[in-house]
Amino acid sequence: MASKAPPVTGHPRGGTRVRMVGPGHTFATVTDKIASLVLTTKTPLGWFLGFAAAFSLLNLLLVAVGYLLIKGTGIWGINIPVGWALAIVNFVWWIGIGHAGTLISAILLLLRQQWRTSINRFAEAMTLFAVACAGMFPIIHMGRPWVGAYWLMPYPNTMGLWPNFRSPLIWDVFAVSTYATVSLLFWLVGLIPDLATLRDRAQNRTAKIVYGMLAMGWRGSARHWSNYETAYLLLAGLSTPLVVSVHTVVSFDFAIAQLPGWHATIFPPYFVAGAIYAGFAMVLTLAIPLRKAYGLEDFITLKHLENMGTVLLATSLIVVYGYTMEAFMAWYSGTTYERFMIWNRMFGPYGWSYWALLFCNLLTPQLMWFRRFRTSVGWLFTVAMVVNVGMWLERFVIVVTSLHRDFLPSSWGLYTPTFWDWATFAGTLGLFLTLFFLFIRVLPAISIFEMRTILPGADLEEKA
Amino acid sequence: MSRPDLHGLLAEFLAPADLVRAAHAVHAAGYRKVDAYTPYPMEEVLEALDLHHSHVPKLVLAGGLFGLAAGWGLQYWASVVEYPMNIGGRPFNAWPVFVVPSFETTVLFAALAAVFGMLALNGFPQPYHPVFNVPTFAAATRDRFFLCVEAEDPKFDRATTRAFLQGLGAADVQEVAP
Repeated sequence: MASKAPPVTGHPRGGTRVRMVGPGHTFATVTDKIASLVLTTKTPLGWFLGFAAAFSLLNLLLVAVGYLLIKGTGIWGINIPVGWALAIVNFVWWIGIGHAGTLISAILLLLRQQWRTSINRFAEAMTLFAVACAGMFPIIHMGRPWVGAYWLMPYPNTMGLWPNFRSPLIWDVFAVSTYATVSLLFWLVGLIPDLATLRDRAQNRTAKIVYGMLAMGWRGSARHWSNYETAYLLLAGLSTPLVVSVHTVVSFDFAIAQLPGWHATIFPPYFVAGAIYAGFAMVLTLAIPLRKAYGLEDFITLKHLENMGTVLLATSLIVVYGYTMEAFMAWYSGTTYERFMIWNRMFGPYGWSYWALLFCNLLTPQLMWFRRFRTSVGWLFTVAMVVNVGMWLERFVIVVTSLHRDFLPSSWGLYTPTFWDWATFAGTLGLFLTLFFLFIRVLPAISIFEMRTILPGADLEEKA
Repeated sequence: MSRPDLHGLLAEFLAPADLVRAAHAVHAAGYRKVDAYTPYPMEEVLEALDLHHSHVPKLVLAGGLFGLAAGWGLQYWASVVEYPMNIGGRPFNAWPVFVVPSFETTVLFAALAAVFGMLALNGFPQPYHPVFNVPTFAAATRDRFFLCVEAEDPKFDRATTRAFLQGLGAADVQEVAP
């Protein structure tokens, strides 16, 4: 299968374009291949197995959250001083994963990176589902979310209370809810022309009606394309600063506190880079099995995977710069508490998590310097999995090791996750994967209309 | 006004370059009630038919300004007028921190304006349109390129327009029932 890599007819910098799609494809073959994944009546057995596993985990989430709502957050291992633990670690991990989807769909669109085209749709779906998982955590962390809404959402309530806008937690509500809404809009707008394709290709009457309603009457009119392309480009332009703002605001949740290990000015850029890093690892984690299972090697080529490996390397270096600066500033500040914080991170009770983090995020991505590893699907998948773990550990290190020993030794403590902590996390993996399995079954996982634009047949100059 | 018995003539092209050439010719011949239907966005067709103006940017600007004013106004009103809270002696009108939520509401309303503005300008949802009456039109979302000269156009004439479109290299020209 690896032999199906796109033909490279010259050095990329020499001016010859590398086609980001396998040879021999036309408008018709691309349309039929991607649409057939959805419109087929034969669902692959592997889909059922994967869905069953994911759905089981989703039910675990139901139990874990149900029990939490009955008993309260005491079922988790949290207590003072570690009042924020796995729930916040998971929140930041999930929201970070989402960022790659927006980067691919918006920033790479503005930068005219052709290779984004075959991965943007499912990366955007990944964003939405990751944000859904992330958004759950702060809400269930309140223990009784039904009484907690008034200090998060500005709405006229019977108590006459309004949120404190000087708190970064409120900024988070605005940033994350805007991000979720705009990501959903971007994804839905991108789907409209493809839904029309599915409407026109569906044999089944119900499918025709459902896709027809969702397509809203799209017919590819030039007048519509004019408005559509303008709106799409503007959405990309709006999403670009938005995505940077979201993880910046998430980092403010920490950076604005005075706790050693949190109170650092490097947090915003370091969090944004970490988010893109984590997100690309997750895109690789999803793309590699997806292209294999559905035979999409012509569309998600080895070149795509290699590019993602390069992004992984670049962002890992930024993240490592963040780690270095944290350690340097702790020493350079001359503050006892800062110096102790970094020493405690390395050699304290949770020291193992710091070294594991360095193994995952500093050492492992260095393999991506070598073409041999960047072009090996197995290695890419392995590195991506290690990075997924590494980025989870990064947030664990930031949240838990900073909190557990602050200024006063008399208020130190330890935190151990309980079964319910892990069950909630595993449960959100189930929610994410369940949504993803449903998505690849009922919607085109690759943007069909955008794929048409990068085909050789769409090149008017070559014809003329 | 009596109901016309024809929406227009729909010419089918096999290649994108043929459509671009035909669009230029149709526009040059003075037809203005023309629309092209393509499986993907084509800048060249928009230019040929002089359709390159969209009102979406104005709506997005208006949405963004509304979001900015609404976000800022909400925070000012809640923190200064309705529920002033003295926290460590910090000012009620803490304008630097209002920037963050105001930025988010600006983006939110601009994005909503972009999407719903685009849908409204395109007249969506629109369950019925005459071109769907042509059976081969389903290929417009796959690999075929269509050009429709509408009967409302003053220059439109059933026979001459058909001959003109056929002369432009159309694979097929069909009448579109209204």
